[in-house]
Amino acid sequence: MTDIPRELTSLEAAAQAALEAAADATALEQVRVRYLGRKGSLAAVLRSVADLDPAERPAVGKLANEAKQRLETALALRREALEAAARAAALAAERADVTLPGRPIPMGRLHPSTQILRRICQIWADMGFQIYRSRDVETEAMNFELLNIPAHHPARDMWDTFYTTVDGVLLRTHTSPGQIRAMREYCPEPIRVILPGMCYRYEQITARSEIQFHQVEGLAVGRHVTMTELKGTLVSFAHRMFGAGRRVRFRASHFPFTEPSAEMDVKCILCGGTGCFLCKQTGWLEILGCGMVHPAVLQNGGYDPAVFSGFAFGMGPERITMLRHGIEDIRYFWANDLRFLEQF
Amino acid sequence: MRVPLSWLKEFVEIPLPVPELAERLTLAGLEVADIERIGLPDAALPWDRERIRVGEILEIRPHPNADRLVLATVEYGGGRPKTVVTGAPNLIVGDKGHKVAFALEGARHWDGYSAGRDITTLKGRKVRGVPSDGMVLSEKELGLSDDHTGVLVLDPQAPVGMPLAEYMGDVVLDLEITPNMARCLSILGVAREVAALTGGRVHIPPAQMRADGETVEGRVAVAIADPALCARYAATLIAGVTIGPSPEWMRRRLRLAGIRPINNVVDVTNYVMLEWGQPLHAFDYDVLARRARGVPRITVRPARAGEMLTTLDGATRPLSPERLLITDTAGPIAIAGVMGGAETEVTEGTTAILLEAANFHFISIRKTAQALKLPSEASARFGRGVPPSAAVPAAMRATELMRELAGGTIARGVADCYPAPQVSSVVTLTTEAVRRILGMDLPRAEVQRILTALEFLCEPQGETGLRVTAPDHRLDIGTGVVGAADLIEEVVRIHGYDRIPVTDMADRLPPQRDAAAVDPEERVRDLLAIAGLQEILTYRLTTPEREAALVPGNGQVSPRPYVTLANPISADRVVMRQTLLAGLLEVMAQNLRLRERLRFFEIGPVFLPGSGNELPAEPRRLAIGMAGRITPASWRDPDPCRTDYFDLKGVVETFLQGLHLRAVGFDPATHPTFAPGRTARLLVDDEPVGVLGEVHPQVRAAFDLPAAPICLAEFDLDALLARVPLTYRVAAVPRFPPALQDIALVVDEEVPAAELTGTIRAAGGSLLVEARLFDVYRGQQLPRGKKSLAFSLVFQAVDRTLTDAEVEAEKRRIVEAAAQRLGAELRA
Repeated sequence: MTDIPRELTSLEAAAQAALEAAADATALEQVRVRYLGRKGSLAAVLRSVADLDPAERPAVGKLANEAKQRLETALALRREALEAAARAAALAAERADVTLPGRPIPMGRLHPSTQILRRICQIWADMGFQIYRSRDVETEAMNFELLNIPAHHPARDMWDTFYTTVDGVLLRTHTSPGQIRAMREYCPEPIRVILPGMCYRYEQITARSEIQFHQVEGLAVGRHVTMTELKGTLVSFAHRMFGAGRRVRFRASHFPFTEPSAEMDVKCILCGGTGCFLCKQTGWLEILGCGMVHPAVLQNGGYDPAVFSGFAFGMGPERITMLRHGIEDIRYFWANDLRFLEQF
Repeated sequence: MRVPLSWLKEFVEIPLPVPELAERLTLAGLEVADIERIGLPDAALPWDRERIRVGEILEIRPHPNADRLVLATVEYGGGRPKTVVTGAPNLIVGDKGHKVAFALEGARHWDGYSAGRDITTLKGRKVRGVPSDGMVLSEKELGLSDDHTGVLVLDPQAPVGMPLAEYMGDVVLDLEITPNMARCLSILGVAREVAALTGGRVHIPPAQMRADGETVEGRVAVAIADPALCARYAATLIAGVTIGPSPEWMRRRLRLAGIRPINNVVDVTNYVMLEWGQPLHAFDYDVLARRARGVPRITVRPARAGEMLTTLDGATRPLSPERLLITDTAGPIAIAGVMGGAETEVTEGTTAILLEAANFHFISIRKTAQALKLPSEASARFGRGVPPSAAVPAAMRATELMRELAGGTIARGVADCYPAPQVSSVVTLTTEAVRRILGMDLPRAEVQRILTALEFLCEPQGETGLRVTAPDHRLDIGTGVVGAADLIEEVVRIHGYDRIPVTDMADRLPPQRDAAAVDPEERVRDLLAIAGLQEILTYRLTTPEREAALVPGNGQVSPRPYVTLANPISADRVVMRQTLLAGLLEVMAQNLRLRERLRFFEIGPVFLPGSGNELPAEPRRLAIGMAGRITPASWRDPDPCRTDYFDLKGVVETFLQGLHLRAVGFDPATHPTFAPGRTARLLVDDEPVGVLGEVHPQVRAAFDLPAAPICLAEFDLDALLARVPLTYRVAAVPRFPPALQDIALVVDEEVPAAELTGTIRAAGGSLLVEARLFDVYRGQQLPRGKKSLAFSLVFQAVDRTLTDAEVEAEKRRIVEAAAQRLGAELRA
């Protein structure tokens, strides 16, 4: 009777123990080579099976193969366990404090005036008003006379003007000269334009007044342009700019280049109309001036006021931004302090 | 215009509560900027109806223990009269019968002794041993003015015991008057508006005077030299007046309207001006007669060279021929409509008054008031236009009031020179014209109703028309198509803007026009913001000195002309900028005090004067400024490196790529603002369009910037955008793999990288799709004066995978070309 079975038993036990003891992939490989490798202990036992009596061979061979299979399974299990442990250790080592701040992405931004100008122009573009640009340095005729504001007329008091050292040349006080330029360029075609631009006023720079500011002017001229349309168009604008439910009112006013003239107010966006510091207790915020183009201005633009009519309006984008964001100092706009700009 | 409601009510009924009235006026174009209540509920300090009443002084006795104090016994209509201690200098021992504002214990009033405005509550107390549990109030204590020099003395008619709030509480409407509403610079004008808005009627005080004297002709003669400058000159005469204070009611109304009371005659001129809108001037008639040595002959004429006048304010003013004067035979006596002369002024001793009610041309008055810096209530009204028709009724009203308040006898008649009487505007208005402008139908009857309520005369004309004649007080109504527009505004203003329906635009859309000039500019803004830059907008007004600081060292202001302000408001905003760089550097300097990383851009015009009277060119520029760390410091990278030229160039390249500008080049350049050797010109299609680089250290210092690289660029945006292609081709994505090859070429230090790159690209032919410079090496492994530039080359064919042999041949050709042209050697 051969003692191979007993040998196998003790070999298997030793191999199992060695597998258990292997602490990492290298140690495990050594164990595999020692017991399961081609020159390993088990291979030696298997080779000795060939020397046995043929009658004994099948039973012993079976035993040996079974032992080999068991060890190979155990090896695979052990390998998996070690890999899992290694992965876990690696992950643990890479563990981060997820509460640390993210890497800052330096973001670019548009100036708040550009942002509001775009918003305003976009709304008007949707209504068919195209952008028309005109110059900052203007003639007195374009800025005043042709807009029905004669020299020395009391209406001139409405604009504090920067004049230049060249006679008859000034910094435009409003974007309205663009009305004349657009009319003269497009006459006799109908017109729907929006005229954004920088304007200048002879003012002390304070929290409430600036020497330069943007204005957005609008002009529509045609054979059938009416005041109901002026109102309809501006109400649409106000609803998109300040919210669909925002109440709007029109007040009679005076501008030399429109008649009838009006000012449009919206219900105060801060108090909703009950009265607060923003609306000076009136419940309303003045948003823009508007009116039907004065016959003299149509005429100066080349249109026959008996046939053509038009409406015009003008608003201050910085003022709208100030109202929307509760900004109380207009000087922030050109001071370009990042602590202001970065909030937009 | 401050309008006391009590005054307005004399002219028109007010059937609405005040807030509603204010809203109606505001909506109709007479903006009520403020509603001030005096003594009434909702006032800053309402007068207690129980505790503040009209009182009458029964007796004034000396205070037993104090020389400066008196004991006043006051009847106030509530039980026994009270005796109070007072120190008011206008309550004198022995006097009695004064009507006063009397406060009882517990009444709240303004503190008369406080420097500011503080409310205090009246408590009974002993004053120098005498108990006092009431108080006779001053104007300051009532909140009427800051006057606390004596107690307020009411008119004798004031009913004793009446709550003071009832007797003289009031509301003042502060109205913003637009230039077209100049007629509302008067109580009467505002009353007309109220009447039209409420359907009420205006009660005009009778323009009559009780004239018992001899006729005015023979006492004064008036003449006008140029009716274009003075349309009318009317004068009345009253003799035997006694100058003294006006009654309290008149002084109160003047104060509420914002005018300081002076004496009965002057107060009347102001009072009637406020009432009628017609400025008046009172001369001392006896002085005029003395100057004339007989009958004064008044002539309105322009000043003559060399004439002078000492005006009411004591100033002696030389007068140029643009000044319109009131003169007599002895010379100037007043600057027409602006200020009277000192010599003919009404004084305490005056006994006869020549009252002037004239009409001067608004432009003449405006010019004079502005030139002499003498704005006044009178010149404000003349300067906005006063109807000549108002002169005589106002003169008569004022003269009669003087007679009532100052006594005397009025000479019969008015000396009235009115060479060219006012012509009323007549306008034909049809309902079609109304509909054409308003877009809504208003029946003729409604148009007529509104215009009639505004005192226009309306006669129906044809089926739909009205022949409308403007009333004399409407100087703002034109003729023809302008007149029609003027009337349509009146109609819709009174009809109510809130009743205008809302419609969409019905007209056809105008021809759409190319927005090429606008859209790419916005694209540039987007690209730069995407690249991480913050947009700024700076003042377009600057100084030549600030722009001169962009040129180091010379300290000279450029001799080239600027668009220069004739009337700058501050010394640091005097010319229109010619570059964006100065403003940008200032913004950078400010922000660098707070931030360690700046990325800015600005887009906007600069202003380059043309020759002569030409308007300046206003080309658009783009400026970029970068400084500080390349990324914000963080815990991952506490010390990122500093921005330099190449960070700026990266931004420029990126946005040029975004604009699909291909033929872009950067040439070494010199520019006074920039550091030599770190400056380049930007070329697009071989045309220079601007400069970029690091700021010259001296310029940096001039702008208070720290000694670290400041990167700056300024481009001609118009030139740049003119080259932006309308469209561009997009290549197919290759189906075959590319072949990648890295080569390092050693060249002389002087060879610019761009030249070597160009040579490689040219030699590489169509298979070379990319040649990216990824390393520059100088050092021990190379000979002195040499550098190694390493390129990553990508070869690609559209129709096949390239063989190693093909790639090798391409590479060899590149290396040979580089060797031949630039003496490059392949680095082993």
